[in-house]
This record gives sequence, structure tokens and C-alpha cells, in this order.
Amino acid sequence: MGEEVGEYQGAYKITKGLLEKYGPERVLDTPITEAGFAGIGVGAAYWGLRPVVEFMTFNFSMQAIDHIINSAAKSSYMSAGQISVPVVFRGANGAAAGVGAQHSQCYAAWYGSCPGLKVLTPYSSEDARGLLKAAIRDPDPVVFLENELLYGESFPVSAEALDSSFCLPIGKAKIEREGKDVTITAFSKLVGHALKAADILAKEGISAEVINLRSIRPLDRATINASVRKTSRLVTVEEVFPQHGVGAEICASVVEESFDYLDAPVERIAGADVPMPYAANLERMAVPQVEDIVRAAKRTCFRSR
Amino acid sequence: MATAFSAAKFGTQFFPVGTRSHENPLFGHLKTPACSFLGSTRRLRFSSASKLNQINSHRRSVVVAVSDVVKEKKSKSTSNLFLLLFIPAHSIQLITKEEGLELYEDMILGRAFEDMCAQMYYRGKMFGFVHLYNGQEAVSTGFIKLLKKEDSVVSTYRDHVHALSKGVPARAVMSELFGKTTGCCRGQGGSMHMFSKEHNLLGGFAFIGEGIPVATGAAFTSKYRREVLKEADCDHVTLAFFGDGTCNNGQFFECLNMAALWKLPIVFVVENNLWAIGMSHLRATSDPQIYKKGPAFGMPGIHVNGMDVLKVRAVAQTAIARARSGEGPTLVECETYRFRGHSLADPDELRDPAEKAHYAARDPITALKKYLIENNLATEVELKAIDKKIEEVVEDAVEFADESPHPTRSQLLENVFADPKGFGIGPDGRYRCEDPKFTEGTAQV
Repeated sequence: MGEEVGEYQGAYKITKGLLEKYGPERVLDTPITEAGFAGIGVGAAYWGLRPVVEFMTFNFSMQAIDHIINSAAKSSYMSAGQISVPVVFRGANGAAAGVGAQHSQCYAAWYGSCPGLKVLTPYSSEDARGLLKAAIRDPDPVVFLENELLYGESFPVSAEALDSSFCLPIGKAKIEREGKDVTITAFSKLVGHALKAADILAKEGISAEVINLRSIRPLDRATINASVRKTSRLVTVEEVFPQHGVGAEICASVVEESFDYLDAPVERIAGADVPMPYAANLERMAVPQVEDIVRAAKRTCFRSR
Repeated sequence: MATAFSAAKFGTQFFPVGTRSHENPLFGHLKTPACSFLGSTRRLRFSSASKLNQINSHRRSVVVAVSDVVKEKKSKSTSNLFLLLFIPAHSIQLITKEEGLELYEDMILGRAFEDMCAQMYYRGKMFGFVHLYNGQEAVSTGFIKLLKKEDSVVSTYRDHVHALSKGVPARAVMSELFGKTTGCCRGQGGSMHMFSKEHNLLGGFAFIGEGIPVATGAAFTSKYRREVLKEADCDHVTLAFFGDGTCNNGQFFECLNMAALWKLPIVFVVENNLWAIGMSHLRATSDPQIYKKGPAFGMPGIHVNGMDVLKVRAVAQTAIARARSGEGPTLVECETYRFRGHSLADPDELRDPAEKAHYAARDPITALKKYLIENNLATEVELKAIDKKIEEVVEDAVEFADESPHPTRSQLLENVFADPKGFGIGPDGRYRCEDPKFTEGTAQV
């Protein structure tokens, strides 16, 4: 349920065809009341239905955040396990192109800090399919952060991903590209940037290992730490505000668990610490670009200042 | 104190919906109010015609009621009373020539500007989300042209024309849309976030319903300054513009309640264009007659034909006068229509072409033009001259925006805080962070 999911075929056409296939009882167009319909979704989940609540963008989830956190995330704990909330909140997250300050924030860090929630950030089509299925089957509330610009990108898909019960495990990161000199962690759209950066670095003789986090909560600390112990250098990449972000948590985790293995200070690449500007050139400066990741990786390898 | 329903010289009457006309529960009480500002339990007091002195006294009241959409729904509902204000059609002169030309010019500016935005978007000069206002000009012009400069307007993402009507120069709005430093927000806000301190345009908000509490706060300030800070001449009114989709949102109801409770000088203007992106108002709302929600909270609710600028203007005059004289808020539902899609990225496939044609035939600009000519207030030649002038204004705006510089790199980090160093200014006039004791705190260093 959500705004424009039925007759309009989805604000970004993600739910196209679902209304014809499943009917108006299962695909509900709601009025514009995020707090209301998120709450209704949570309540339905209390009683055993499995709603998928769509926010047109996660910026609008701020109007419903009370239900996501207080009614959904905390319920299993507060009721000592009597109530489980198998709800999925999904929608577009992060910066798009020229949509201004109120449509461009990334909520991975905010939701990722809340116990009781699972937060997933798919990158490729396989990720999206496997993780969403896993999210819907999961008995806990899941926040599924997609990305508007990724909706338009195509990815190669393996045969097993097309199988109708293909699921990916929640809480496991994926090593998109193996390497031995520096670990680059990223999620969502910036995995693409990180892979491009790794190509550029390879030409300069630096072999970068790119980790697609896939799951912000629970964070796959084991994979990240194993990778850092192998390469001894870390660059974390994320799209929006640096303070208290995902990169900060990864840094802390690596320093706590793999300090002796680090050969260089951890580099954090994040968006500019400003609300997203509208002007095109300012927006480009406010979001990490491939060059920024390359520069940071080189700094950890002491190839540049 | 006059009686509530003086049908006499003025004739503007507020019949609360859901009551018979001979009962007037909300407006019959004539107690003299002497309550304090906050938490007032004053009953609503209907003012007599003499108080509404802005209005030309030999004009009859104007507003017409019911849309076809509402008539259809009405046939299913049990109550058959709704808010009606009748107009004796052509015989009375409603505006002077100057006013008529001003209204015409403002609407043409709105229309020409939005059409140019569409062109510029398809040429790649504008980007992101652009929501155009074509077809709804009567509401913006009808209301905003009655305001003073100090009055505030709060809008939604469909805010270009509200900005223009309020007086923000077309050059500044166009530059903002192109993302240049000469824009009204230096290129940092964009299409959906038009702000102007000088013209008291308090935004441009992306989330629907977000502007309503902000507008209510502006109205609160106006009343606070008058009654608590004793600035006797502060009678600023705030207008909040929003759509039909917003009327299902919690913030709307919360603000209706508080505005009526505290009698804030605000007018809530619903631009009901029947569609929220692809969601029809009738599919989303349990009772689609939005104006009825006013009396539920203790304020008058009026429905007006939003495609007719003169009717909108007449209702606006009453509502704004009501707010200005301290009697409290009004909810005005303007039935209007947007000729284009929700935004320039919207394929607009769900709206029935017959519905679009029905409203296209009631284009507010054509209607005003016809009125002006038929009542000998203007000639074709004069109107064409205005058309030409506005065309030049809009083209000049585009040229100006094109030639304006892009923001410099250093602008990225500016304006995050009003205080650039983040900690505020201490009593000695220096930034606090420059005072070593402040940054030490109370820790034993």
C-alpha cells in the first residue's frame, strides 16, 4: 500500500502491473497520509498480515517515523516476543537529480541506528530481488532503501536469480570485486561508483576490494573486518551527511576489532555537510564522485597527500 | 452588534454547513469577547457589514457554489445543505478598470511564465521536479492581489505563480529555476522551494501539508505581535495554499483546530484540482466536500468556483477582512483544475479527456477577458498590449537567467546556519566559539 501504487502503476513504475494481477484488495492506493497508512500497515502486521508499505521517497517517511520506530521496531521487545511485526517499508532513498533539499536525504544512518529494525540497501537487480523477497518473508520490520537513479539501470542477472524463490540472506555483505591493497565499502548507488573507482585504481597498480554492504542493519562486520585484515586499508563511501553516518560506524567497528591490522588511517567519503542544493553544479559537488573515491584510496596507499 | 445574517446591504453570509438556515449555532452568539489571547474560549462572532470596510458597499455578494463533481456526490449524501453565496450575475460591476487590468496582467504573467518553464525544461535548462500551475491562475491572482506586502503567503511545490503574484520578480524566479546565483534563493532552493523575505513568501515546501503549520505559525506571530508585544498596527494576514490531497493529512486538521482555537489571522485556501498526482480526490476522501471541514473546527467553510477570478476575489476579500479584523480563520475551497500533468515528468494518463475539456472550456483567463470586454472595461487592443508586454517580461527573464552565473564553489557551504560559526554570539559581541572559556565548558582541564 502506498501513494500511487495501483492505478498510476507506481510513482516510479515499480509496482507496474500489480493492480491488474492481484486486484484492488491487495494493491491499495492510499490518501496522502504517511503517518496514517504506515500505522495501518504496522497494525495489520501485528495481526499477521504481511504488508509492504511504500513511501514515494524515504523523505516522506519522516512523517511516519513514529510508527516505523515506535510501533514497529520496538514492539517485539516491548511485548517480550508476543508481537512480531512482519512489515516491509520500501521506497526510493538518497539523492536523485536536481530534486532539492527536501527530496534528497539518505536515511540509512537514521534507521540503521535503531534496534529492532532491519535495514537493507540493494544495489543490483539480483540484490533487489533477493533482498526484497527475504524482507517480505522476514518476521521483523524491514526498511528497504532503494535508489531512484538505480531504477533506470540494468544489471546482468544470473539464472538462479530468476527462480521464484530466490532469496538472499539478510545481514551478509557481498564482495563485488576481490582485491588485496585497499578495501572500499559502499552501499546502494555508490557501489557503482566504487567499482568504477576500482577500475581506475587497477590501472595505477592498486588492487581494490569492493564490498557491497547490502545490509546496513545488521551490519556484516565479519566480512568487513576479514577484508580489512587482508588489505590493511579502508575507505568507506556513502552518499549523504558524514556525521553519525554508516561510514562512521564501520570505522568504529574496524578500529575496535582490527586496529593492529590497519596500515593507514581510515578514509571516510561522504556527501557534503549541507542540505542538498538545487543548482546542478553545486549538487555535483555535494555528492561523492568517482574521483573522490580514487583520491581517498590513493591517500590510504600513501600515493598522494 | 449586528445580527448574524443581515441580508441587507452587504449580503455576504456564512451559512455553516450541516445546519438549517434558520438555526445558526455558530454565529448567533453576541457576547462581547474579553478573553485573553491564548486558549480563548470566545465563541465565533459574526461581524456586521460595517466592519468589512474594505469592500465596496454597493457591491452585492458574489460567490457561487456548487461544482458538478460535488453535485454528483451530493446526490448520495443525506444532507442537502451546503454553502451558497449567490451572485446576481451580470448586472453589478465588480471591479474597476484598473483592477481588471491588474488581474488580467497577473494571470497572463502566471500562464506565460509556466508555459516558458515547460519549454525550458524540455530544452534542459531546468531540471528536477517542476510543477506547473496552468489553469489555476484565478486562485493565485484572486487571493494574492488583495494582500499587502507585509502579509505572508505559504505555498507548496506548485509555487512559481504564487511567487510571481506576491511580487517576486520574474527574473528572480526564472534564475532560481535555472539554478543560478541571481535566483531568489541563490540557486540553492529550486522550483519547489521559493522563499522571499522581502515579499514575505515563506516557501515553497515539498511535503504536502508541511506549509500549513508554518503558515499557522506566521499568523500566530502576527497576532502575538499585536496583542502581546503591543504593536498596534500589526494586522498581517497569512494565506496558506495547498491542494485536495493535503486535506486528508493530519497536519491540516491539527492546524484548523489551533487556528480556530486561537483565532489566528489566517486563510486556508484549498486549491482543489481534483487530482493528487494520479489519485482522484473522490477515491481518496471519505467526504469530498472539503469546505465542510471548516465548521467542524469552528470556522466558516466556503466553496467557490476557482476558475472565475472575480468570484475568488470576492470571497478572498471577505476572508482576508475577517482575518485582518481579528475574527479568526476561514477555510476556502476553490474548485479549480490544472491543465497540465502533476509535474513535467507526469504522463497524465489517468485523467479523463472529457474532464480536461470541460475545464479547459472554463479557462480563467478567457473568462476574465470576456468579462472585461463585455462590460466595456477594456478593449481587445489594450489586452493584447498586456499580452505583448508580459511576453517581453518572460523572455527578458529567460535571457537574464541564461546570462547569470552559476554558483561558485564556495557557495556550497554557505547559508547552512544563520550564524556561520555555529555557536552563537555572546554578550560581548564576539562569536562564542572564539571565547576559550566557552569551549572548555565546565570540565576540569
